[in-house]
Amino acid sequence: MCLAIPALIKSIEGKEAEAEIGGIIRRVSLWLTPEAEVGDYVLLHTGYAINVLDQEEAEETLRLLEEIAEMGGDKG
Amino acid sequence: MEFCGGHTATIFRYGIRQILPSTIEMVSGPGCPICVTANADLDKAIALAHVSDVIIATFGDMIKVPGSRSSLQQAKADGADVRMVYSTMDAIKMAEGNPTKSVIFLGIGFETTAPTIATSVIQAEDKRLRNYYVLSLHKLCPPVIRAILDSGEVKLHGLICPGHVSAIIGSHPWEFIARDYGIPCVVSGFEPLDILQCVDMLVDQIESGESKVEIAYRRGVRPEGNQQALKLMAQVFEPCPATWRGIGEVTDSGLKIRKEYQHFDAELAFDIDPGLPYEPSGCICGDILRGVKTPFDCQLFAKACTPQYPVGPCMVSSEGSCAACYHYGRDFEG
Amino acid sequence: MKDRILLAHGSGGKLAHELVEKSFLQAFTNPILAKLDDSAVFDFSGRLAFTTDSYVVSPIFFPGGDIGKLAVCGTVNDLAMSGAQPLYLSLSFIIEEGLPQSELGQIVDSIQNAAKEAGVKIATGDTKVVNRGSADKLFINTAGIGIIPQRVDISGSNATLGDRVLLSGPIGDHGIAVLSQREGLCFSTQLESDCAPLNSLVAEMLETSPNIHCLRDPTRGGLATTLNELAKQSKVSIRIEEEKIPVRKEVLAACEMLGFDPLYIANEGKLVAILSAEDADRVFKAMRENPYGKDASIIGEVRAEHPGRVVMKTCLGTSRIVDMLVGDPLPRIC
Repeated sequence: MCLAIPALIKSIEGKEAEAEIGGIIRRVSLWLTPEAEVGDYVLLHTGYAINVLDQEEAEETLRLLEEIAEMGGDKG
Repeated sequence: MEFCGGHTATIFRYGIRQILPSTIEMVSGPGCPICVTANADLDKAIALAHVSDVIIATFGDMIKVPGSRSSLQQAKADGADVRMVYSTMDAIKMAEGNPTKSVIFLGIGFETTAPTIATSVIQAEDKRLRNYYVLSLHKLCPPVIRAILDSGEVKLHGLICPGHVSAIIGSHPWEFIARDYGIPCVVSGFEPLDILQCVDMLVDQIESGESKVEIAYRRGVRPEGNQQALKLMAQVFEPCPATWRGIGEVTDSGLKIRKEYQHFDAELAFDIDPGLPYEPSGCICGDILRGVKTPFDCQLFAKACTPQYPVGPCMVSSEGSCAACYHYGRDFEG
Repeated sequence: MKDRILLAHGSGGKLAHELVEKSFLQAFTNPILAKLDDSAVFDFSGRLAFTTDSYVVSPIFFPGGDIGKLAVCGTVNDLAMSGAQPLYLSLSFIIEEGLPQSELGQIVDSIQNAAKEAGVKIATGDTKVVNRGSADKLFINTAGIGIIPQRVDISGSNATLGDRVLLSGPIGDHGIAVLSQREGLCFSTQLESDCAPLNSLVAEMLETSPNIHCLRDPTRGGLATTLNELAKQSKVSIRIEEEKIPVRKEVLAACEMLGFDPLYIANEGKLVAILSAEDADRVFKAMRENPYGKDASIIGEVRAEHPGRVVMKTCLGTSRIVDMLVGDPLPRIC
């Protein structure tokens, strides 16, 4: 699952976290990214955060994806 | 060549070839972990499914892949307990929730996935779970690229390096390609614009006569990769020879569970007889995986071999070249 | 004991009669059902539409609805897709022994509410109770009857060259809402099923134009499968534009996470309409006035090249095939 949408860490409990992607909340593991903090964007793969993203780059990605969704898709 | 199933899927799904100039030819490499799993290994997984009181936990794509004689889907219809999971976290919960059963996780995937399986083994050890096992069929990317380049079968001018494998291993492991073979490499993200940017960067290198490793996927990949993930992977696994479908045995290209964790190794814990492996005739998945042939070169493609009735694994996994080509581009890409 | 359904509730004896009278009759009160004869008897003249369906959704309660609401809306919509005004439904329960009465009560209430909104009556029914393990909590089978107005001629084989393709709203809500409740997927969302009766929307569309050629609701298999069915039945090609297809960002995110394509995810409150180009704008405006069509979009047109195929113009301007669903949508691994 090469998830390309950055997920936002909303809360952390031990080595697990709640991450939000596009309104979906998912429990993810931080075993591979123990440095992740609340407010960080991470890349997800099969339920694990595999990398903490550069903040600016992540927001730029989200802006682009939002644009793509607005273009025709998301009227919800 | 792109060497990542996710990139193959993006390239077909967005019809990238339709935009590129005719001077650029894209070939797909062995980037789909399901597709490169040899029949002998698939047969092991299917044999394990038939052991009593076993639950096979696996990523979804594995369920339909045909082995020599059967598939996990058929085994399930015959009464085996085969369950799809999205994460090893689910498999651990499954083992905790079914103490009288043995949960065997099918460890398929490259360096992106292997650390997550390593983590599950460490967690199982911490929790003293004695009914969790892993069948390690993991493979490593850099050695197989070297094997393909050494074979001289395909003349490559550029390599699109896998995005999330690189997020884990970084960009340094690809340097030998630029240095020893003079082939430009760029690590790409997964959006169609990422792929186009990557091709652009490769063409720039080719035109200026350079060959180096660049990272286009800056938001996701650092040159040093994810050290924590690499540490956990090395804690549980060690390199071993592995057989790649269509390529054969490649030294140090697989991962096996280390001695300290061998009580989690499904290969050691269960006595199975998978039978002799058998390759279906006419299937050229091997050639397609090496980038030597395309799906359109296969006699069976879209005729005897379709997603509904797959003959080879490249048609089953949604990141296999044949499946991606069939689903998105069979009218446009031939 | 009193709070669960027992085998005796399906045996035709006193307990069974009590269940019918206390739970079902009171909720579905109407003169035809109240007669409690073996068959419902009506007078009709004109063309009848007749449909049947079985509902086995798991879990039986999901965000935005339950199996009862689904049963009514699904059947009403099948009738509406023929242009019929739905009138009567039959309702057949197969209940697993042990189902809490309170859950059955909730579902009966849902059925009553949905039937009231759709303006249909439950004319006849049946109840069976099976041993624990022989059904997954509750299965519902329905049949439905409706009347088709004189001037209406709607069929999957009526799509004509140049027709426009309209979609009544965002796709994928129902499938993802149900999946979010499945064990092992562990994601939560505000997303609700779009389950809704579409007969009022269809009536308004028909009032606006007599030139509606095809109507279909993209349920299991999603929009992609429905469009493929129509393309094959009418022997035409359907070309859609990715940018015009509405998808909520939660559906996109869930699909990305699970490896699905929203085009293949089930909907239970959406319709696809194929109609002549000159009426498309008028009907589109009329749809947008209805709460179940407020996010409608004109997504494509009917063409001649590639008959039987659905082709999509991607956001990059390239073309890709949109195939029919093969089996269950499986997630990718990388």
